[in-house]
Amino acid sequence: MTASSKSLTKLLVAVLVIAGALYVAFFGATLFGRTIPGALDKQAGIKQGLDLRGGSIITYEAVADTATDAQMATVISMLRARLDKLGYTEATITRQGIKKVRIEIPDISNPEEAVKTIGQTAKLTFVDSSDNVILDGVDVKDARQQFGPLSQSGKSENFVELSFTPEGKAKFAEATGRIAALPEGKNFIAIKLDENVQSQPRVKEKIDSDNCIISGSFSAQSASALADLIRAGQLPFALKDVELRSVGPTLGERAMQTSMNAAIIGVILILIFMLVMYRLPGLLADIALVAYIAIVVGLLTMFRVNLSLPGIAGIILSIGMAVDANVIIFERMKEELALGKTVGASIDAGFNRAFASVFDSNITALISAAVLLYFGTGPVKGFAITLGLGILTSMFTAIVITRFLLKQIVALNIRNPKLYRAGIKGGISNV
Amino acid sequence: MFDVIKNKWIFFNASIILLAIGIASMVFLGFNQDIDFTGGTTMYINVGAEFNNEDIIATTTEAIGKAPSTVQKAGASNTEVVIKTHSLDTDERAKLFSAVQAKYNLPQEALLSADNVTATVGDELKWNSMWQVIMATLLILVYITFRFEFKSGVAAVIALLHDTIFVLGFYSLFRLPINTTFIAAILTITGYSIMDTIVIYDRIRENSRIMKKAPFSEIINKSIWQSMTRSIYTPISALITIVVLYIVGVPAVKEFALPIGIGIIVGTYSSNFIASPIWDILKGYKKAKTTA
Repeated sequence: MTASSKSLTKLLVAVLVIAGALYVAFFGATLFGRTIPGALDKQAGIKQGLDLRGGSIITYEAVADTATDAQMATVISMLRARLDKLGYTEATITRQGIKKVRIEIPDISNPEEAVKTIGQTAKLTFVDSSDNVILDGVDVKDARQQFGPLSQSGKSENFVELSFTPEGKAKFAEATGRIAALPEGKNFIAIKLDENVQSQPRVKEKIDSDNCIISGSFSAQSASALADLIRAGQLPFALKDVELRSVGPTLGERAMQTSMNAAIIGVILILIFMLVMYRLPGLLADIALVAYIAIVVGLLTMFRVNLSLPGIAGIILSIGMAVDANVIIFERMKEELALGKTVGASIDAGFNRAFASVFDSNITALISAAVLLYFGTGPVKGFAITLGLGILTSMFTAIVITRFLLKQIVALNIRNPKLYRAGIKGGISNV
Repeated sequence: MFDVIKNKWIFFNASIILLAIGIASMVFLGFNQDIDFTGGTTMYINVGAEFNNEDIIATTTEAIGKAPSTVQKAGASNTEVVIKTHSLDTDERAKLFSAVQAKYNLPQEALLSADNVTATVGDELKWNSMWQVIMATLLILVYITFRFEFKSGVAAVIALLHDTIFVLGFYSLFRLPINTTFIAAILTITGYSIMDTIVIYDRIRENSRIMKKAPFSEIINKSIWQSMTRSIYTPISALITIVVLYIVGVPAVKEFALPIGIGIIVGTYSSNFIASPIWDILKGYKKAKTTA
């Protein structure tokens, strides 16, 4: 095999690999028995933010001067239980600052209804089999998840320990005495949060004590969740919805569609622009740009980055900026060619001289992205991630991939400087 | 070759005049702050047919007992409406939408989006945003000082302030709403505008090594012109995507694309005609002092 046919093979393989990568990045593939999900895959593809798939972001704030960590944990358990009850199992809850929680609910049809039900003050009641209220949240002093043996010979297990106020103790003693005497099937107490039964322990005997234990087949997690929910009934504050962002499914879909159109049109225009301005190197930069798109889309899918509308806008903008490194490098190459160097030497000098410039300028852009990532909230964070990924990837594609392709072209003996010297400066000095 | 350094006052004066107008506007007119910062409710509704703003204002006033702060047509055929009011609670929001729904006989899906921010949250977002811009600027100053020199960092930061004030002034003068998306756009501008400056700085650093005898102003001027093709091509490429986004995008994308587009243009201008000449002035100041 001659050197030039070797280069041709390398070049063709590179182009095929990039084309394949682009296809896999968007549509996925099954290779060697392993499935790689594509970005467009509904389940495993890019995670669409609420502004693209439709949904609501609700921020609640505790109506109090401050709130403890324990209280906020209780709030989160309570909200989680309510969201699950309403069927919003995909919702996420995060604490924000000291006394705020942020809930993100995808695919919600009536956000106003949800805002009201989810944020209600929790109503905790203990009722008997005929739904008579025995005691409520005020009568419970505390609820804790515990782990240990319940009897002397028993093995350790998870349980919830309740402690009562003096009134609570009296009410509980009276009720348990009455209920323990009831026949099987009616001898229980139901613990309800709002109108939902959270736990329904059986009463074996009268309990006249400050404490009582709810045991059963609890895991550490379920016991602590129940304790949290019981404590929710005695939160010293109400929740107020201080922020709501709600996007209907129609707008989300439209946002996604128009952004995709913008991306396609923008990419085509940039490909043409580079080809016209730089001819052969421009074509190689275009191939590198396609590789850039494949890598960024692949990374976003792999890391399951939550892609918001500003995030998509950021990616599209980054495609425009991704050619920057190539523009810097090609301009240097043209200067070297104008000095009378050979094509090969010009390529090397162009890349070497441009490197510091590309590196420094990208690092400063990365600093901005890092600040956005650290201080931003919600969609801004997603935008920062796409921006940062874009900057790092474009450095790789512009420097490594373009250089590799250029080397192969030179080895193919395509050395007519005219093909490398389009543009203002090259054109003029060529005459 | 046009001498940028000799003619720097043409650019400085142009910038001073434009920035003065912008600052005057910020002082006297202030900003059209969106609900993100002031607190308030925005409802974006698809009316599905032509409508009169007056009707929407009347319907809103009747539903919530107070006139909306703005009513704006949106969508490709102006059949959608964006209503902005003071911060409404859940019941008021429901009432407002039902009123519009009843008036134009709309389905539930007609509510394209709803946002509500209370005033205290708005304040926090505002401070957090300002903090972000300051942090990014300081870190960039540190990096440039480390890679080049402190004076060049100061010049770059002045150019960045120039860009930020220009875009802020533009938004104030034309009463465009500023919100958290706008702040993200400003930070993006900060990142990209500094890239232009760094590319020229890098050339200056390299030329300084080769042209040891030449005066600094000559080195700068040469570097600016050597980088000029790149200074034009890259922004064009970025603007291509931004313009397309602005044309086809939904309102939220337009809000993001506009300040970035303006920022890219002014950022390119300031990298060439503000940052580099200021570096020269700062450098000359030190020389004058040591020779005196």
